[in-house]
Amino acid sequence: MSTPVLDLRGVAFAYPDGHQALFGVDLHVHPGERVALLGPNGAGKTTLVLHLNGILTAGAGSVTISGLPVTKDNLLEIRRRVGIVFQDPDDQLFMPTVREDVAFGPANLGLAREAIDERVESALRSVGMLDFADRPPHHLSFGQRRRVAVATVLAMEPEILVLDEPSSNLDPASRRELAEIITALGVTVLMVTHDLPYALQLCERSVVLSDGVIAADGATADLLTDAELLARHRLELPYGFDPSVLVRSER
Amino acid sequence: MGAGHGHYLHYHGHSPVHRLPAHTKLVALLVFVGAVVATPRTAVWAFAGYAALLLLAMARSGVPAAYLAKRMVVEVPFLVFALLMPFVATGPRVEVGPLRLSEAGLWGAWALLAKGTLGVGASVLLGSSTEPRDLVRALDRLRLPQPLVQIASFMVRYLEVVLGELDRMRVARASRGFTARSVRHWPVLAATIGALFIRSYERGERVHLAMLSRGYAGRLPFAAELTATRVQWVRALALPLIAAAGCVAAWMMAS
Repeated sequence: MSTPVLDLRGVAFAYPDGHQALFGVDLHVHPGERVALLGPNGAGKTTLVLHLNGILTAGAGSVTISGLPVTKDNLLEIRRRVGIVFQDPDDQLFMPTVREDVAFGPANLGLAREAIDERVESALRSVGMLDFADRPPHHLSFGQRRRVAVATVLAMEPEILVLDEPSSNLDPASRRELAEIITALGVTVLMVTHDLPYALQLCERSVVLSDGVIAADGATADLLTDAELLARHRLELPYGFDPSVLVRSER
Repeated sequence: MGAGHGHYLHYHGHSPVHRLPAHTKLVALLVFVGAVVATPRTAVWAFAGYAALLLLAMARSGVPAAYLAKRMVVEVPFLVFALLMPFVATGPRVEVGPLRLSEAGLWGAWALLAKGTLGVGASVLLGSSTEPRDLVRALDRLRLPQPLVQIASFMVRYLEVVLGELDRMRVARASRGFTARSVRHWPVLAATIGALFIRSYERGERVHLAMLSRGYAGRLPFAAELTATRVQWVRALALPLIAAAGCVAAWMMAS
């Protein structure tokens, strides 16, 4: 088997105030996979994500990205390899124009001017936002801002794209456009969400994080048709949504 | 994000100091600081007395000394300035060990050090023993003009929101490989502050619209006006009035 892009072993973490959020998480994601990380509010999903690029450091256990352990000495390379798109695009976009914001990451990597321009252009093109390059981010719609946020991370050419609640606050059209973009990218994706239909649409595999441990790991279709499992971990399908119908029609 | 939230200054407690109504404590602080500032700097004994009074109040408050000390660090820039004064001030010099220092500078430094430390100490004690929202109610009770009370009230309400926003922006920046190490990185920090300003400004407009749509007409309703009994006033003002008496005595001895 190939080296996993993401290799977490026994990751445990407690906040300085003593609140323990993670109790030994084991997770492997292999190149090319799209994995959904499902879990109710407060399950520790965002805490786990912040371990992937060393913003938080595990109290116990290890995080390895494509064979490179997450330690203080290789943080910059880790942050290049792991591209995190945060839930609120406003936290991510702060430069005066879209172009400058997308250039921010590659510039931190120390690339030359031409290389940066190239990356900015290709990243914006892949999310369909090239025409907005010279606009200020706060003049864009929310869906557009989320796509630019994805581009800011793509410009760093990450080995794994981590999306924190990518579908939140999007209207159905923006939601579909984002799904099309993610599928077209062809990169390894870890998608943190409690939007179960979106997970089914985009990810063949899902893991359930509940009370700080991985409670289930398997094919998304199998997990979502296990009503008892979903109920146990406070996961709920939207009203009227029956994954078994979809799964059957695809087979 | 799972960041902890809470007060940056307030220390939860039920001591006699905590229980005093906020507006009596605010008046007490003003009297105390007024007395400290008005005392001639040569009356060293008076400052020793003030320090004793302040330490007594701190002990009664039950707030750990380390907690207070950590928050008094805001004073450090002034201390640095105070330490420089004996070296840069002019006038007659005195020998202190191997150094020749300005006498006027030494007195200036002493005054800044003593008055500053007492003032900051008393303010930190007030902040640690009083809930932020009670401080705002105290300002309202003491008839501070409404616009100022409301500005203070919004600051209390939104400070943590804005700091939280700033922290999430910092995390998002760091996630794209940024660490501020030198002057070259200042433009990025400036852009962050600029973005935060625009966002806070826009949030302010949205909050204002939401307030207007609920019939806001220039006054914030506070739950209940603060009240204090005569005994509470006496308790709050006892130490500051001793300090004020010390100040008067110091002037009489000086003249």
